[in-house]
Order: sequence, then structure tokens, then C-alpha cells
Amino acid sequence: MRLTIEVNGAARAVDASPWKRLLDVLRDDLRLTGTKEGCGEGECGACTVLLDGEPVNSCLVAAAQCDGRRVTTVEGLARGELLHAVQRQLIACGGAQCGICTPGIAVCAAHLVDRGLVRGLDGPAAGGGEAAARAQVRELLAGNICRCTGYQLIVDAVIAAAREVAAGAPEVAR
Amino acid sequence: MPPVGRSLPRVDGVAKVTGRAQYLDDLDAAGAWHGATVRSAVAHGVLEAIEIDPALGSELGAEICVVTAADIPGKNVIALIEDDQPALVPIGGRVMHCDEPIALVAAPTRAQAFAAARRVRPRIRPLPAVFDVDAALAGAQRLYGDAGDNVFKRFVIRKGHAGDDELEAVFARAAQVIDGRYATSPQEQMYIEPQAMMAAWRDGRCHIVGSMQCPYYVHKAMKPLLGVGGDGVVIAQSVTGGGFGGKEEYPSMLAAHAALLARKAGRAVKMVYDRDEDIAATTKRHPCWIRHRLAVDARGELAAIDIDVVMDGGAYLTLSPVVLSRGVLHAAGPYRCPVVRVRGRVVATNHPPHGAFRGFGAPQTTFAYERQIQKLARARGEDPLALRKRLALRTGDTTATGQRLEASVGTDEVFAALEAVAGAAPVRTGVNRHGAPVRRGRGVCFYFHGAGFTGSGEQRLAARATVAATAHGFEVRSSSAEIGQGSITIFTQIAAAALGVDPALIAVIDPTTSRVPDSGPTVASRTAMVVGGVVDRAARAVRDRLEAWAAGRGMAGALAELARAYVAEAGGELAETVTYEPPAGVAWDDATYTGSAYPVYGWATCLVDVEIDLDTCEVAVLRCVQAVDVGKAINPAIVRGQIDGGTLQALGWALLENVVYRDGKVANANMTNCIVPTFADAPELETILVEVPYPFGPGGAKGVGEIPMDGPAAAVANAVEDALGVACDELPISPEAIAASRPRWSAPMEVLR
Amino acid sequence: MTAYLRPRDLDEALAARAAHPDWMVLAGGTDLMVNANHRAAPPGILDLWRLAAVCFVRHADGAIAIGAGTTWLEVERDPAVRAHAAPLAAAAREIGALQIQARATLGGNVGTSSPVGDSLPVLLALDATLEVASPRGRRRVPYRDWCTGYRTTQLLPDELIVAAIIPVPEPVPGLATRTAWRKVGTRRAQSISKVMGAAAITLDGDVVVDARIALGAIADRPIRIAAAEAAVRGLRLADAAGAARAAVASAIHPIDDVRSTASYRREVAANLVARFFA
Repeated sequence: MRLTIEVNGAARAVDASPWKRLLDVLRDDLRLTGTKEGCGEGECGACTVLLDGEPVNSCLVAAAQCDGRRVTTVEGLARGELLHAVQRQLIACGGAQCGICTPGIAVCAAHLVDRGLVRGLDGPAAGGGEAAARAQVRELLAGNICRCTGYQLIVDAVIAAAREVAAGAPEVAR
Repeated sequence: MPPVGRSLPRVDGVAKVTGRAQYLDDLDAAGAWHGATVRSAVAHGVLEAIEIDPALGSELGAEICVVTAADIPGKNVIALIEDDQPALVPIGGRVMHCDEPIALVAAPTRAQAFAAARRVRPRIRPLPAVFDVDAALAGAQRLYGDAGDNVFKRFVIRKGHAGDDELEAVFARAAQVIDGRYATSPQEQMYIEPQAMMAAWRDGRCHIVGSMQCPYYVHKAMKPLLGVGGDGVVIAQSVTGGGFGGKEEYPSMLAAHAALLARKAGRAVKMVYDRDEDIAATTKRHPCWIRHRLAVDARGELAAIDIDVVMDGGAYLTLSPVVLSRGVLHAAGPYRCPVVRVRGRVVATNHPPHGAFRGFGAPQTTFAYERQIQKLARARGEDPLALRKRLALRTGDTTATGQRLEASVGTDEVFAALEAVAGAAPVRTGVNRHGAPVRRGRGVCFYFHGAGFTGSGEQRLAARATVAATAHGFEVRSSSAEIGQGSITIFTQIAAAALGVDPALIAVIDPTTSRVPDSGPTVASRTAMVVGGVVDRAARAVRDRLEAWAAGRGMAGALAELARAYVAEAGGELAETVTYEPPAGVAWDDATYTGSAYPVYGWATCLVDVEIDLDTCEVAVLRCVQAVDVGKAINPAIVRGQIDGGTLQALGWALLENVVYRDGKVANANMTNCIVPTFADAPELETILVEVPYPFGPGGAKGVGEIPMDGPAAAVANAVEDALGVACDELPISPEAIAASRPRWSAPMEVLR
Repeated sequence: MTAYLRPRDLDEALAARAAHPDWMVLAGGTDLMVNANHRAAPPGILDLWRLAAVCFVRHADGAIAIGAGTTWLEVERDPAVRAHAAPLAAAAREIGALQIQARATLGGNVGTSSPVGDSLPVLLALDATLEVASPRGRRRVPYRDWCTGYRTTQLLPDELIVAAIIPVPEPVPGLATRTAWRKVGTRRAQSISKVMGAAAITLDGDVVVDARIALGAIADRPIRIAAAEAAVRGLRLADAAGAARAAVASAIHPIDDVRSTASYRREVAANLVARFFA
């Protein structure tokens, strides 16, 4: 069937079986190969994209369900050459190693940071301060498996990005 | 600032965070077909026939191409150490394990290929299968060799005694004997990019590209299989989404299959494993059983160590002898002891072959010896950390193989680093957020890991790397594969430092066998230390030659300008290829297994605090501190990341990872049930880099990739034992295992840490 | 070619359901889409994702009604659910991780009716009722009668699940209600349950007046433990914990599988329930 999906801000028309996975539409039809397949069963999170602004496993989304909806992939995080704060901090903190899980983590973490879901960094009143924020990041990113990093430097990166965005650093205002 | 010792951002960082990095499955391959594998459903049997429905292609609505062993142009083997493993089981041949490759199918789409593969049916006459190592040793079936015991390989290490009687005499007069039996579980590497490979034949040559650690291993394996010379096959690495050993030997199998399909189909063929297939069919960490005896004299010194290691090698020999070798060489631990016997056997069974996984045998034997040392501390009423410090090897001491330790022995430094941050042990009892009572405990351990190939391996291998001055800057050419560990960034820094140029002028090219010399495989904690050292020397040689050339012409200027001038005048690049030279005094005797087992060792201490929920017996890791002597951190952030990652793999192995075999088949072959730790399972990792430079490593660096995998499992076990008063001698330390031990828990009390 | 319909309203959905009982009813896809690329396409897809008629949380008339198409993320974030059906919010937060919670729906959990469905013991403990609809009309089914076996339910081929209705009883002077939930999974997050327990306990001081006790992942379907409920009635909390533990341990017959063992499941189920009374 003919589908129209808004991908990274642009309307894209695709002919696909309704049963085709969004993951395959992105990778095969639109050649957006930044979204990775790690398991095909919704366990690893490498294929995470935003569907109408919420993080989902694109291996578990039927293509037809995206008709008329918005999808954001890793290719849509940066503005031109200007990386999203999460992407920049993943590099700066050493949060990417083999990189295969990185796009999914970048998408999910950017969502958390942009939506202000990493809480507790702006003062002790918010409860627990950075330790609580780190625990929260760990819970919210638990759908993204990374086998290289032990997660430590990824959490560092997400916290650093959340601080940047909270501080309203102009070059990362989104 | 000098480029070495600085956390330069990863060279491949931007490509990876933006999704631009091209992994195998991302490569545009217009016109390529997709391959799928027909596998055995039984663990042992004789392949009588392969039934292929002649209407298969028309039913699927696609052309298909089927390959069997009869299509192999050369020798039907995956050449590695021995030629015992076929690429495809031939008709009349023996099926040795579940999910063994029988035939291959290619079709225009991946879905068609997988659908077709399901409809090619091997007919196998089953034979009794052997899954138990004791039964295999007893010769229940003849799976390997003529001795009747199915032993792939055995080793004996002896130190300080002539024969077994002499050893037993030491035990007989010991003041104390600690005797324990340990078991460790198989572990899946669980790289997030599944195995993936693509092959195409052009101009009579086979071009293979894929996800791999060791391009030259694949190259070596393809020559006999395809019946071609070294120029007949070119191997290239695509961006690789994790390896951890799992992409050391197995990619040769996948490359063979892709090459055979591409040859018959007459077009490029891509093979990307599904996750369930990858878990079911590819190599795992060897399950291992160890008996470990310690004899202690009246002064509390170790008088003798006796260890018997048995590993399940699975159906084919693959790398098992080398895994066992590293296992036995580390088995006695980093402790002073005049009398040591280590015996090791790796045995054939009808499990899928076990193979390389970070640590390579050492994590298994480390678990055993660090449990033993813990038991000794308890038995003596001695502080476990103090006891380890007291017995630890230091400069001038000799190892189990009689190697006298000279350079870069970070023992005191790693103990000091751990003690500086250890703080108080956790309060022993409490209540968690579920209202459940908890017990807490602390475990420590101390361990070492040999960097580089074993014994004379590096001399035999003679790793080579090239540095070239070109019109555009400087190129580093080696067969070391960037698999996430940061090798291209590290090489960039090493070369930049040696050349005295901006790192931006360095390009580390992809390892393609037609373009890079053989630097050896990307394994064994050797890349930064050994190959990095060769890169360092090659870069210095390039600099010296360029400067000499410029001096001869009275020229001066930045090195990159000199390089441009050189290329303009000479009409080509200035390249230096350098071969690894072992440090003097490294001597190893393979016959007696004595001498310098490794050029140098990494040293580490680990502290783990745990909390056990007494309702559910779940273990939460509250703290995990690891202090690792890395020689010199060329890029501290990358080294940190390497250690963190290995640490969590070790914690996962200790607590929740497992591969469950049922009748030889992996029963949990998906990521839902074959689990690894998530963000939420991981504690905050307190990794401490300790630098005791290794004079023969680049900038003082030594291998670090594997050591973090070795120790944390024992630290967890020691912590759980501290909390509950019950010995944890088998991995994984699952909630089920802890619950089953409940009757043996100690009463809540302050016990020795 | 697979047919596809995204109905505009419930009537259109019901008509399509009745006309095409062989079509896949799809919402968040977190179960039905697993390995979809290797499975035969269904003849048609009836897509209920974001169907407004089944995406709601309403708190009125002494009950919270949650539309079948509501995602667990929406359930978890809903203030009324958090206030009056806390165990359901807690369970929602442990269903997979964020990506799953953003797609998986209440109706999916109830309709798939896996023995490890994370919300199901909570629906039992909170005495939920399901509302289902067909072109023939609507009916209500007490959730305790819903499951008929391993992954089978009372849902008829022309029916769709509309909502779950969770009673929010008026407080009774002198009586207090305690609700509880705990999931024990294979790991800390994004895990399959090994054992789940949920309970709603009515207390007069520290005396148990009544209790609903439910367990998941220990049988072919989520179950209430009547023996334990009977055992605790009239006991002081201090005694009820032990009575519940013993009753649960003898009432259930869990199995060994790749994720856990029968003995672990029995012991932990008993411990969880006992802890609800501690």
C-alpha cells in the first residue's frame, strides 16, 4: 500500500506491505541505515526511533501504522553538521564504542533530554541530585542494550547533555 | 599537549553517533542476493540425504540457489588449528552438533532465503550424543581422536617438583589444605551486531567484506576452501558492531558460506544472521570444571598449588587448545608458590563448538583461584585483602611457569589504589524498597592477565605494520580491526606522537588484506601493546627517513610539508614496514610449558559490595571498584570504557547470564531469555587506571582488553559468601542457586571480610 | 497482499472485526510483531493503534475505566491510576522498558493473556471488570473469569476489548485498604517475569477483613489464590503473613523452564505474598 510518513521533518512516500516492519521501510526503502537491527524482538533497542515523539522499537511497528505519522531517526537528531547535545556528549565522554547500539541510544537519550525527563540535576530540592538523576537515566534507557561500555560513560554523557540543555546553551537549543 | 595520554575523541565518533557508520548490513549492495543456512536439528548423526523440493523456487516466486558440500571447489574445511571442521557437512558425513551448517540457500530477498532454507530438509540418522564431559572422557562415543578419551588437547605445568609423589608429599605435610571444586557456565558474547558477511567474485577473485576481528584468519581459511592462492581472495572488514572474541574464528565460517553462495549464484551474496541463529549456532565461552587444592605451611605461606581444569570444547577443535592454554597459564594466579601442578584437558562433546571470548580461559581459572584464596582467608581468620597482598607476586618473583617477573609489576600500586577508595564495608543487614530484609557483603580479589600471545606466539607471528608518508599526511596500515575498542584512535595517537604531528594528519586505513600487512589477529590484549608498538617504530622510522632526506637537501619545515615534498620528488609515498621484535630475555619452552608465558602482565584488584534480597534471593551489586594496571593509558577515556565494558560482562557472567543447553541445543536462543545486563542492572562502575609503565610498550602501554573480565565474578562470589556465609562455587550465582542454598546460610552475624 | 484498515471509530472497528475474524487485531505490536519479518503476513490487519474510542483513562462513578488502546506509558503517568490503582501504575513501569511501554497496551496484555503478562495479576487483585464489544452489543466480564487456559480467553471471534474497569470503592470508616505489587524478573529491567504477586487487602486496624491475592508466571494463566485469601481472613497482620506463606506454597504448582525453577517460583511467590502482610 501507499504510505506517507513524515520522516525527520519531511514527508516520504513509500509503497510497502502493511505488515512490513518500520525498521525495514527506513533501512531498505528510505536507505536510512542509521537505525540498526540487533534482535528483531524488541529486546535490544538498537532500532529505536521516535514515533509521534515517543521512543519505540521500529522492529515492532508495522509500516501501515506509520501512515500519516511522524518518525524521527538518528539521522534527524543533528541539524546539519551541528550535533545534538547527546551526540556531542557521547563522543566527548566516550559513550560510543562499537557504535551499533549508539543510534538507538542517541535517539532515546535525546528524547529524554529534550523532554526534560532527566530530573533532579538543578538543585538538591528536586530530590537526590545527580545520583537520583543517574538512576533515572538507567531506568529510562533500560530498553537499550549496550555490550561494550558497561553503560557508565553513556550515563555520564546523558547527564552532561541534560545539564547543557537545561542551562539553555544556545547552540543546542532545540 | 602530547597526543599520547590524552582522551582524544574517538576518530570514528561522529560517524557512530550520527548513524553514518556503515556496518555490513548497511552497505549498499544493489543486485546482491541474501543467504541463509540450513542447519542440523540433531546433535549427532550421519547425514544421509538433503531433500530439496524441486518446486521450491517456483513456490516462493523467486529464483533460488542451493549450495551443498558438493559445491566446494577446494577442501571442505574451515582451516584454523586443525582441519576437523567442515564448512558444510557432506552427504555421508557426520553431523557433530545441533545447528551445524548442512546446506546454504540464496535468494533475492532475505525473507525468501530464510523461507527457502526452512524447506530444505536434511535427513540425518541419529547417533547417541554426548553432552557430559565425564561421559566424553570415558569414551561414550568417539568424537575426536583415537585415544578413546575425546581429549582435544591437554597441558601439564609443573613447578618445583619432579613427579606426582613429590607434590603429594607437600600436601601431606601441609599445615592446612584448601580443596575446592568449581564450575563456570557458558557465556554468549552478545555483540549487538549479529554475524554478517558479504562475498562477490570479480575477475576470478573472491572479495569478502564483513564483521570480523581477524581479516587474515579469514584469508587463511578461504584459500584451501576455495582452492585459490593468496591473491585469489581479498578480505575487508566492515565497521564491526562488537566482537569480544565472538568474531575471532567464527567469521571464517560465514565467509566460507557467503563465498560459496556467491560463486554458485554468480552474484554478490550477503549473509546476516538472525539473533536466534547467532545465539544457537556460534561459539560461546567454554564451560569449565576445576578442582583446586592449596597447601599452606605453618607460616601461612603457600606451599603447593594443584589444579585440574576440564573444559567442554564442543564438537570441533576450533581454538580450544589455545583457550585451555591461557586458562592453565593463569590458573595458579598471581601468587608466590614454590610448587605448582596445573593439568588441563579440553574435551570434545556434541555441543556447538565453544571458542574465543574475552579472557580466553583465564576468567574460568581466575574464578577458581580467587575463591580458593578467599576460603584460605576465612580458614585462617585473616583479612582477605591483607592475605592477598602478603602472598602476591612482585618484581623478582617467579610465576608457575618459572617466569621471573621484571618489568611493570603493578601489584603494590593496584592494592594501594583499591585501599584508597574502599571505605567501610556496607552495613550487614537492612530492608530494601520492597520492605524485604536484605543482607550485604563485600568481596575482593586480585588477578593478573598476560598481554599478547602466549609463549613464543608473537615471535612466530611476527606482526607487521606499515606507516606511510603520503601527499595528504600519514597512513597507518595494519590488519588490526577496530571493533569498538578504539584501536584506530589509539594508533592515530601513537603515530602522531612518534611523528610529532597533529593527529588530524593521521589516517588509519581499514584492514583489507590486499592493502595492509599481517599484524596478526585482533585478540589477546595485544593490539595497542604489540601492534601499537610496531606502529610506533614504523612511524619513527618514517620520521627519521624524512628528516634525513630533508637534511640532505637542506630543507626544513613541518613533517607533513616534508612528506609532500618527498612525494612530489620521488613520485610516490615513503613507507616503512616494521616487524615485531620481542624484548630480549623472553624465552619460552613449548615442550615443558616453562619460561616466559607472556612478555608482560596486567595486574588488577577488584572490590564488590552486594545486597541480597532475602525474599527473592536477587543480588544487587552496590559497588564495583576495579583498579587496573594498564602500563600507560594512551587514551584514558577509551581505556576506561574498555575496562567498564569488560567489568559488566564479568558481572553479568557472575549473576545472570547463561546459555542453557537442552539435548545439545541452545534452549534460550533469543535476547528475551539469553539475557545480558541492562542500564538498570549495572552499578556505577568505579574504574581506576593505574600506570606502571611497560618499557617495551608504546608509551609504556600494555594490554588491557581482557583483564577486566577475569576478576569481578570471583569478587561477586566472595561478596555473596560474605553476606550469607555460604560458598558460591558455581556460576551463575543465580537467585535460584542462592535460594537453594538457604538452609546453609549462616545466622546473621558479623563475619570476616 | 495483506489488507489493512485503520477504523475511524469503534463501530467501524467492530464491523471489520465481524466481517474479517481472521484478520490480526493489532495495536502496539510489541507481541505480535516479534520476528515479523520471518513470519507469514496475516490476511489483514485491523489497526486499533490510537483509536480514540479505546484510548482513554476516566475516573468517575467509583471506578477508573482504562481504554484497551491505552499504552502502559499513559497508564503509568495517569494521576488517577497512580492515586487509586497504584499497583497498576507500578506494574506499567515494569513492562519492558520505555520503548515497550510507549507501545504496549492494556488491551494487548489482556487479549494476548500470556501467563507472564505483567498487568494481569494486578487486574485480578483489583477485581477489574473487562468491557468487550461486538456488533451484537457490549458485555462485561469479571476479569477473574476472563482467562480460560494457556493464552486463551473468553473473547469471541467478533469481539474487541474496549476497556478495563477498576473499582475505586468509597472509603469505609474504620477500614483501610492496602494494595501491593511486586514483580521478580530475570533482571532489573526489560525482563520477563519469573514470579509476580499482587494483593488488595482490607484491614480493620491490624486485622485482615478481606484480601484478594493474585500471582502471575506460576501457572498457565494468572490466578487468584483462594486458599491464601481464606487463610488470612480474620487474622492479625503478624499472623497473616505466615498463614499466607504456607497457603501459597501448598496451593501452587509452578514449572521449571529456561527462566527459573519450580521450587524457586514456589518459594518466592510465598515470600512475596507474605511480605504484602508484613
